[in-house]
Amino acid sequence: MFRNVAELVELANSTNKKIADIMIEQEMEVTGRSREQVLQLMDTNLTVMEQAVEKGIKGVRSHSGLTGGDAVLMQRYIEKGRFLSGETILDAVSKAVATNEVNAAMGTICATPTAGSAGVVPGTLFAVKNKLNPTREEMISFLFTAGAFGFVVANNASISGAAGGCQAEVGSASGMAAAAIVELAGGTPEQCAEAMAITLKNMLGLVCDPVAGLVEVPCVKRNAMGAANAMVAADMALAGIKSRIPCDEVIDAMFKIGQSMPSALRETAQGGLAATPTGRELEAKIFGMPLNKSE
Amino acid sequence: MKYKSVFDIIGPVMIGPSSSHTAGAARIGRVARSLFGREPKWAEISFYGSFAKTYRGHGTDVAIVGGLLDFDTFDERIIDSVKIAKNSGMKISFIEEEAITDHPNTARVRIGDEHGDLELVGISIGGGKIEITELNGFELKLSGHHPALLVVHNDRFGAIAAVSKILAEHSINIGHMEVSRKERGKMALMTIEVDQNIDDSILEKVGELPNILKVTKIVD
Repeated sequence: MFRNVAELVELANSTNKKIADIMIEQEMEVTGRSREQVLQLMDTNLTVMEQAVEKGIKGVRSHSGLTGGDAVLMQRYIEKGRFLSGETILDAVSKAVATNEVNAAMGTICATPTAGSAGVVPGTLFAVKNKLNPTREEMISFLFTAGAFGFVVANNASISGAAGGCQAEVGSASGMAAAAIVELAGGTPEQCAEAMAITLKNMLGLVCDPVAGLVEVPCVKRNAMGAANAMVAADMALAGIKSRIPCDEVIDAMFKIGQSMPSALRETAQGGLAATPTGRELEAKIFGMPLNKSE
Repeated sequence: MKYKSVFDIIGPVMIGPSSSHTAGAARIGRVARSLFGREPKWAEISFYGSFAKTYRGHGTDVAIVGGLLDFDTFDERIIDSVKIAKNSGMKISFIEEEAITDHPNTARVRIGDEHGDLELVGISIGGGKIEITELNGFELKLSGHHPALLVVHNDRFGAIAAVSKILAEHSINIGHMEVSRKERGKMALMTIEVDQNIDDSILEKVGELPNILKVTKIVD
């Protein structure tokens, strides 16, 4: 069993296997399930992700009215073809937003690693799918690779916004996605780890400050930028760029930053964007009164 | 390690919007329901920390009641659970607590009916994963991810050995076990997480042992 990223990379290299396969084998060992059963479970999750993206791309709206419809706007913009950054990255952004808009509307999603950060991994997967044309099996492998890196973060740091801020949720999701993109694109296990490190480094310190305590503002757009971050970091790692700080140390830094974050910035809707005049106004409008008067 | 399965990370499939505040809450409610063994007539739910501050926005209230109604994290009836519970006669109250708890996502659930009641404390540690930290005043750790056996017993020598002997005879492997008591020689609790599902006939055998007061199983 691997306990950190270094061991995961070492295990993949010494056995000449993909990170996805290391994760699948560990899952079989821990749960006693067969390979077919484990793959089948992930296939089900992949289907849920696909359906959420399809639903969100068509346009949904949350009960509060705070979010919805942005995935549609992004898709229309891409179709016009006059975008500045790039089609794959914007497609990832749109599909990440789609997933989180469905989540905010109390639709069915697959937490990756959490619901608030559920857009990043599927958003990037379904965007690079159009570029790399993976088989269904390779798409399932993508989720196991992402899961392997998330597994390390969850056990050595945290994937909870209430415990570690948004860096623990969207930050972890972005790192997981970056690593999985690299493996799908044919990168080495080391490059996966570099991609994760580069992504997470750029998410450090990100607070969890949801307006009105709803998983909507700024969560949906944080998923958008989390997906963009993952795409760029994956390209950087594939280009051979390395993180000076090893991946495990970045994860540890994230954990320690989370521990020193004040409670107001850890999913209590008391600080950050939640405490802005507009944030408070929206909160009062939704609930008829502000949830938290304290500052 | 807190997280053992890749499906703790890629999963669960759930109704939005929050894995910790919605899916985790539903699971806490469902463990309470499973331990109680039937639909309660009343429920008093206290929220602490982030749960207390944001439960309305996250649907933590409907999720936990959904759990009490035995709904899974992906059951769309969760959205209307409070209405469903009230229609079936359940009295529900929510309390926003000010007290600081060890974990920011903590809920205390008291449920009951004319035949009995139950009180537990659950924490939602992220990604939909929960731990049960207290049951009827006993401290305990229960991941909710494996079938588990809870045995209330008198604190006497041989009680633990007798229970584990029955499990061994039925080829049931113990993955995690904890014993706790309030006072020496008085009431004690065994929490046993196992790898296999436990047949009701085994529960009966355990229940018939000397010094065993109550046996309940929890199946994920």
